[in-house]
Amino acid sequence: MVQVFIPSQLQAYTEGRSQVTAEGDSVAAVLDHLDRQFPGIRFRVIDEQDRIRPHMRIFVGQDRHLDTAHPLGEGDEVLIFGALSGG
Amino acid sequence: MTDAVQLLVGTRKGAWIFRSDKRRKTWSADGPHFLGSIINHLVIDPRDGRTLVMAASTGHLGPTVFRSTDGGATWTEARRPPAFAKAAAGEPARAVDHSFWIEPGHASEPGVWWAGTSPPGLFVSRDNGETWDGVAGFNDHPMYWKWCPADGGTPDGALLNQIVIDPRDAAHMYIATSTAGVFESLDQGASWAPLNRNVEASFMPDPYPEYGQDAHFIALAPTRPDRLWQQNHCGVYRLDRPSNVWERIGNAMPKDIGDIGFTITPHPRDADTAWVFPMDGTDVWPRTSPGGRPAVYRTRDAGTSWERQDRGFPREQGWFTVKRQAFCADRSDPLGLYLGATNGEIWMSDTEGGDWRCIARHLPEIYSVVAAPL
Repeated sequence: MVQVFIPSQLQAYTEGRSQVTAEGDSVAAVLDHLDRQFPGIRFRVIDEQDRIRPHMRIFVGQDRHLDTAHPLGEGDEVLIFGALSGG
Repeated sequence: MTDAVQLLVGTRKGAWIFRSDKRRKTWSADGPHFLGSIINHLVIDPRDGRTLVMAASTGHLGPTVFRSTDGGATWTEARRPPAFAKAAAGEPARAVDHSFWIEPGHASEPGVWWAGTSPPGLFVSRDNGETWDGVAGFNDHPMYWKWCPADGGTPDGALLNQIVIDPRDAAHMYIATSTAGVFESLDQGASWAPLNRNVEASFMPDPYPEYGQDAHFIALAPTRPDRLWQQNHCGVYRLDRPSNVWERIGNAMPKDIGDIGFTITPHPRDADTAWVFPMDGTDVWPRTSPGGRPAVYRTRDAGTSWERQDRGFPREQGWFTVKRQAFCADRSDPLGLYLGATNGEIWMSDTEGGDWRCIARHLPEIYSVVAAPL
C-alpha cells in the first residue's frame, strides 16, 4: 500500500481528498489501482500510449520519473502534480 | 413567432448556458460549468432535445467528454473518452490532445455521436457518449500520414475540425480537416476520399492539390443538403453536388476585406443565403476584424454578391474575431444569429444581420456557440 498525493486538478475524482492510498508494485500498477477506485483519473494523467502527459509530473518521494515503470515498495509515496504556466 | 432559445457556449476557461425569454430580449447566464477547463464544443442532442455533450480538457489534464441530461445541473464523464489505438512498432504514437468537434448522429440513429479531435482523428460512440471508438476508416487509412502529417499543426494543433452528416442518408458524411481539407464518405466512415477540387492551398507548392487544404468550416444548406458552403483558410467556397468542383464565391467579396475567415453560417430556411465573418488574412495573418471594424457579410444569391452588415458593432478599434464553431443561427422566425467573439462577447441579431447587439460580455475567449430551442 502506498500513499498517493492528488493535486487540486484531480480532486474532483477523489471527493476532494489530496491524500489517498493505492496498491501496486510499480507506478503503473498504482495508477491502475487508482483508476479502479476513481474511474477516469488515470487517463487525465497518462495518455493512450502510456506516456505521462506533458504538463503532469510524477514523483516517487523526491525523485521525478518520466515513465511509469519505476518499482515501488511498502511505504513509498507517489506524488502527482500539475505543472503548467501561462494564462 | 419567436421561441425561447438557449445558447451553449464553450470558452477557453469553461462553459456557459445562456437562456432567453420568448422574445429573445433578455438572457440569463448559467455558469461557469467546469471553470478553468477548455471547452471546445458543447452541443445538444436534437433527437431528444435535452442531452448535452461537451468536449473538455485542461492545460494539464488529458481530454475527456462530459454529458448531462438535466440541462447542465449534473454532469457524467464518459467511461472511455476518444483515444487512439496503441501505436504499432515504428509508427508515430498518437494521443488525443483534445476533442474539437462533437456531432450528434443521424436522426435515425439515437445514441450515436461522432467526435473530431486534435491531432486529426474520427471517433464514434454508439452508447450516447459513454464509450468512444476510433473510426479505422479514417484513423488507420493508408493515406493517414499523408493527409495528416505529424508536423502539420496549426497554432492550436492539427484538427479534424468538423463532421457533417447528410440528413437524408446516415451513411453519407463529410469531414473537414486543417491539414488535408474536406473528405467525403458514402459508407458511414468506412472509406474516405478527398473533396477539394478547385480549392486553393496557397501555402503549398501546387496551390490546387488533391489534398492539403485547410478547411476552416463547412456547412450544408439545411433546405438543400446537396449544397455545401465552405469557409476555407484561403477563401469562401460553394459546392453544389453532384459536382465535385468547388466555386470560389469569395471572389465577389470587396477586395479590401477579402474572403479569409474561420466560419460560415447558412440560413436555415433559405438555401441561397449565408453569412461570413471576415478576418484579416494579410501580411502576418493578424486574424482580427479587418481595419478594426467588425462586420458580417451576407449573400442572398448563393455567393454571387455580398453585402456588409455592421450596424451595432464597434465603428473603430474593434479587433475581435470569431472562431470556427462560434457563429450560428437558431431556427426561430424571425431568425436569430449569434456570434461569440475572441474578446468574450456574444452578439446577436434578430434582423437577419441588419442590426447587432451585445448580449454578454467579459467571458473568456469564446470557442463555440450553439443555439437550440429551450
